[in-house]
Amino acid sequence: MADKTPLFDAHVAAGGKMVDFAGWMMPVNYGSQIDEHTAVRTSAGMFDVSHMTIVDIDGPDAEAFLRKVIANDVAVLAEYQALYGAALNAHGGVLDDLIVYRLPKGYRCVVNASTREKMLDWFEAQALTNMRIEHKPQVMLAVQGPEAIAKLIAATDLTQLNIKPFFAAAHGDWLIGRTGYTGEDGVEVMLPVEQGLALWQALLDAGVQPAGLGARDTLRLEAGLNLYGQDMDETTSPLISNIGWTVAWEPAERGFIGRYALQGERTAPAHKLTGIILEDKGVLRHDQPVQTDAGPGLVTSGTYSPTLQRSIGLVRVPSGANGECSVDIRGTMKKARLVKPPFVRKGKILVN
Amino acid sequence: MSDIPTELKYAATHEWARLEEDGTVTVGISDHAQSALGDVVYIEAPELGLTVAAQEEAGVVESVKAASDIYAPIGGTVCAVNEALTDAPETVNQDPYGDGWFFKLTPTNAGDLDDLLDAEAYAEVCDDED
Repeated sequence: MADKTPLFDAHVAAGGKMVDFAGWMMPVNYGSQIDEHTAVRTSAGMFDVSHMTIVDIDGPDAEAFLRKVIANDVAVLAEYQALYGAALNAHGGVLDDLIVYRLPKGYRCVVNASTREKMLDWFEAQALTNMRIEHKPQVMLAVQGPEAIAKLIAATDLTQLNIKPFFAAAHGDWLIGRTGYTGEDGVEVMLPVEQGLALWQALLDAGVQPAGLGARDTLRLEAGLNLYGQDMDETTSPLISNIGWTVAWEPAERGFIGRYALQGERTAPAHKLTGIILEDKGVLRHDQPVQTDAGPGLVTSGTYSPTLQRSIGLVRVPSGANGECSVDIRGTMKKARLVKPPFVRKGKILVN
Repeated sequence: MSDIPTELKYAATHEWARLEEDGTVTVGISDHAQSALGDVVYIEAPELGLTVAAQEEAGVVESVKAASDIYAPIGGTVCAVNEALTDAPETVNQDPYGDGWFFKLTPTNAGDLDDLLDAEAYAEVCDDED
């Protein structure tokens, strides 16, 4: 039996088509995925992401612990600043990607729903002596779009919201992060379970469009953001997953897990993860084979882009691959082109 | 609850079939199918003149979410395809039993339609899936 978030009934009431995602009953859409996508690009949409795993870590060893298990370096964070990074295994493969917030007292990590057990076990196994790990169920709502912040203010007792991108702020017992997974402005609000439904309803009344997992996937793909388990996993390093920038090599003495394995790949990774646009008609999908000027590759994510009105995807190809390529879609070779993601940011198309 | 017109015949794979006055059989996908697929963005139609057996692949429908095969509900030869869907695939969502039809077959044996499900039997198939 799949778990339900505290907003399950609200999704059903809003017409959500519920599906099992990573052991959670979540809305895939509320009617039209494309309409939900467009609402986020042009106005405001909201996603229930309460299924994601919130882990609070504090104590004297918390920082040393996170500097060990995450390839990015939390030591650079100011209070309430957030950072995106990857937890690696000893072989340099990605165990998970996560966001870490530096709070006045300790850190908050948000890891994927699909990796919950694995990451909680991994954190416990790697824990240092003087620290505490607490998995804290909360309601988490991502409110995203050019009008997201204005509508959040309209829907709540907030009078203003002055948070820089990739920072957070406390508001009573809420934590509001100016983060997201859509390529649009917006926030992710974490709040106590018993307050979640009231915020959902207030946002609904303020005209925020409920958006499901379907729109979440097309939005993140247009924004060139990876989905764990699809674009990267334990067999791929961050260096071949378009998130090499999240590996903090300095200071050189910081021995994060996976560092040694990554060293060899650092100067010349054999592969890269990049963007692909289908020139012919059809839809790119996960696992379709690609032929490039530098050798074969594989589509890791593919979909129809409502903003570009054609199919786009992410693809892992040899490092030297560029320009035109072809994709095997059900036995037919179709014309495509490699491009540098993101495809869309802040409502604007960034690729030709 | 999805719309299941009683005058049509259905395959358990969610295609509908309608015998036209000229003896051809029009094929599309059911309201239940289009709703399950979500926004349809691309149709790969069968080639004109292609001869297919019942339950044989005769095209692909792609929604934002996934690709699904379309099966011929009965055997026959493809005598028309709905070219309007190339530029307006969303018609499949908007009007699955009307302008959203996929192709027409000249049936090998029109009597094969009797082997398909009626609306009541098809409704049970849909209920079992929900």
